[in-house]
Amino acid sequence: MAAQETSQSATFRHAFGNVLSFTVLLLIGVMAFSIRLFSVIKYESVIHEFDPYFNYRVTQFLTKSGVYDFWNWFDDRTWYPLGRVIGGTVYPGLTLTAGTLWRILNSINIPLSVETVCVFTAPVFSAFASWATYLLTKEIKGAGAGLTAAALLAMVPSYISRSVAGSYDNEAVAIFALIFTFYLYIKTLNTGSLFYATLNAIAYFYMVCSWGGYTFIINLIPMHVLLCIVTGRYSPRLYIAYAPLVVLGTLLAALVPVVGFNAVMTSEHFASFLVFIIIHVVALVYYIKGILTPQMFKVAVTLVVSVGMVLCVAVLAVLIALVASSPTKGWSGRSLSLLDPTYASKYIPIIASVSEHQPPTWPSYFMDINVLAFLVPAGIIACFLPLSDASSFAVLYIVTSVYFSGVMVRLMLVLAPAACIMSGIALSEAFDVLTRSIKFHLVGTTQNPQDNARDATKVNQNDVKSEKSEDTVKERPSRKSKKKDKENIEKPSLVSRVEKRLLVLPLETSVMAVFLLVLLGAFYVVHCVWAAAEAYSAPSIVLTSRSHDGLHVFDDFREAYAWLSHNTEVDDKVSKSKRSDSFALKTPTDVSGISFIASTHYPLILFEVLNLAVLGLVQRNKLIGLLAAAILVQVASWWDYGYQTTAMANRTVIVDNNTWNNTHIATVGTAMSSPEKAAWDIFNSLDVKYVLVVFGGLVGYPSDDINKFLWMVRIGGGVFPHIKEPDYLRDGQYRIDSQATPTMLNSLMYKLSYFRFVETDGRGYDRVRNTEIGKKHFKLTHFEEVFTTHHWMVRIYKLKSPKNRIRGKTKRSKSKSGTSTSSKRSTRKKNPWQ
Amino acid sequence: MGRSATTKDAHALFHSLRSAYAATPNNLKIIDLYILFAVATAVIQVAYMAIVGSFPFNSFLSGVLSCVGTAVLAVSLRIQVNKDNKEFKDLPPERAFADFVLCNLVLHLVIINFLG
Repeated sequence: MAAQETSQSATFRHAFGNVLSFTVLLLIGVMAFSIRLFSVIKYESVIHEFDPYFNYRVTQFLTKSGVYDFWNWFDDRTWYPLGRVIGGTVYPGLTLTAGTLWRILNSINIPLSVETVCVFTAPVFSAFASWATYLLTKEIKGAGAGLTAAALLAMVPSYISRSVAGSYDNEAVAIFALIFTFYLYIKTLNTGSLFYATLNAIAYFYMVCSWGGYTFIINLIPMHVLLCIVTGRYSPRLYIAYAPLVVLGTLLAALVPVVGFNAVMTSEHFASFLVFIIIHVVALVYYIKGILTPQMFKVAVTLVVSVGMVLCVAVLAVLIALVASSPTKGWSGRSLSLLDPTYASKYIPIIASVSEHQPPTWPSYFMDINVLAFLVPAGIIACFLPLSDASSFAVLYIVTSVYFSGVMVRLMLVLAPAACIMSGIALSEAFDVLTRSIKFHLVGTTQNPQDNARDATKVNQNDVKSEKSEDTVKERPSRKSKKKDKENIEKPSLVSRVEKRLLVLPLETSVMAVFLLVLLGAFYVVHCVWAAAEAYSAPSIVLTSRSHDGLHVFDDFREAYAWLSHNTEVDDKVSKSKRSDSFALKTPTDVSGISFIASTHYPLILFEVLNLAVLGLVQRNKLIGLLAAAILVQVASWWDYGYQTTAMANRTVIVDNNTWNNTHIATVGTAMSSPEKAAWDIFNSLDVKYVLVVFGGLVGYPSDDINKFLWMVRIGGGVFPHIKEPDYLRDGQYRIDSQATPTMLNSLMYKLSYFRFVETDGRGYDRVRNTEIGKKHFKLTHFEEVFTTHHWMVRIYKLKSPKNRIRGKTKRSKSKSGTSTSSKRSTRKKNPWQ
Repeated sequence: MGRSATTKDAHALFHSLRSAYAATPNNLKIIDLYILFAVATAVIQVAYMAIVGSFPFNSFLSGVLSCVGTAVLAVSLRIQVNKDNKEFKDLPPERAFADFVLCNLVLHLVIINFLG
């Protein structure tokens, strides 16, 4: 009777618990979605930054032309004259996901535009990611930890920074795919079911489609398998979890065109193959051990070891010879810079120039994961008590992600789920202990009648120790070792004594501790909401600033792109993008004030010579060079603005954010660093008609091209040796005032930025560099200014066509006109295209 | 002396292995035969590639990986069906076989797509 009642009440409690956790998960999803909507509320539903514009353009093409055309698309509007094979160089996961969503919604008669779907993809997938975190942590520790971890992930600022509404970038879907793949791996490991192994491989395929960071998975899982083998935790479930994943995963990864045969040929995947071989050897050894007697097994071991060693050495030698023959040992540049952080700065300036690839500062850890930073160690300890396969995976995950986040600030994003899982486990364990002791004190000893007797005798013993849960838990192993030689009868009493030891904390301590933990959570929530609202919601295509006379909105970028699309010739083949039609002269209607110094989070370390004020004012976006040299109406700018120009202005560009061709970018960098005549030659050879520069000196916008100029010099100098960086520096300092070097004052970038600048205030005071400019009154001979935006932030120049009449060859023309005689041109060494 | 001892040991080892293996049930032996067949096919393909060259590399890759894949899946099936494994004693063999078939389906779908 009593048993039936207790079982009924147990099922009722289970049902209630399930309903409660379902409701909580729903609320977590809603919260994850809503906290990312700040920029939509403050500004408008617009796509942010630079990379998302490219993804948006690709998604538009996909929705218009269908999957097959998208897969085979060759884009001739970018990287002129080379073009870009979009189908083979883009990770299709994000665009296919958004395209599918759009198609499904349209088919059920919800006519959302492609742009809306793109803007809101990231918040939707962040809700999915928090549910995936719940599932993963439930596999590691239990449902309570799962819910806590999901709640933490929904709000963690590091993840919010890359998945706000409008940040339509790969990480929006990739983090969800990452966590989901890990969940399925741990599920397979825990259950040993081949069904989950299949699902795991499919989830890994989705991850490979979405992000280049899939190499993290394909190296972390083999590391974990190796760890399990080495610590003696090999089991058949491990084999089922790992071996099918490797085979299916490699095949599926090779299916994605961007990866292709790299899945079997680059060093990033070799770890998985090596561990694949190792696990087969280990499985064979265990099998033979199982069917042989111990003596025979020893014989087998000695025999095999002697023979196998020779074979192993031979194979290893061949492998090493193969790998060593390639100069980078088979690793790609970006992965190599992860292992050796100084590699990029020495050899590949393009990778080094991206501000997201710099190491993070210490405060950025606190900014990005806040309270979790000191809950993580508690979580690591909790994972060891008891240690299971799943919790050893969690520990490995956090350790590796902390290392990689220390190398590159962009990888703080991979740290966020690991930190949330660990903190969720820590918080849940703490709450477990505290609420159990509260319940014990309040409800008394009526819960467990069989432990009552022992309880009475042990309570006075335990009351003496009023230590924290961590100390208690640490005491447990030592106690166990001391009592190892007791008889078996003592063991149950030991276990129950140990359990009772955990339960009993004094009531006041427990209540206080619960209150403090809740306060900690409250601080975390407040910080996350602040970070989402103030720091990470700037669309960076529209800037605002507060001043004493109200709010100023700087919509110069869109003004410039609109001018380009309306006032220059359009190529026949290209369809008008919606963006350029809809935002002609449109300013955002929301006027909430936010300083356009979005965050101090990613300092631009590049310009060490510039003052700290500039460093502090840097925005979060990458260094982008918009090198656009377009043919018909080709626009030249540094590569940062390439994606936006093609997406919004709908003009062909020379280089864009993909940065796959270093020589091409170096050509544009050289052009910007050269005097007017040489630059005109270079741009003319690339069929450029318009040059676009971003200038922040009038309003104090620090991410302009003059600040990025040294990178143009470095990248250009990396390929064309006549550009030397010391030529542009005076005494090692980068200056643009009267003390600047003549090379600097004659460079195209200086001239295009400061042309007619003295007319604004009479003395040409640059608000970013905080100094008056060096050369104030000059004329442009090879370029003419066609458009400058309202706040002088974007300036567009047109290449002057060569003069019709050339003076005789004997008379040297002193007027520096645009035409040069052919003899002059042939002696020009600066034109790289002849 | 050492040589004869090792050969004697080798013989004894071989005999004990043989006798132990003869004790395995028939269904496991069938699975083992299938694994052997798959691995042999893979070896033949690699040898062919070494002779003829690897030009349609995707075809070579999909061929070899399909053999290796079915071998791995068959090993997983064997693990799950083996009555000596305590961890899987409440997993019905029909469920194990259904999972095996599903995983093979996915594998071969991918193979056919990649074969080119």
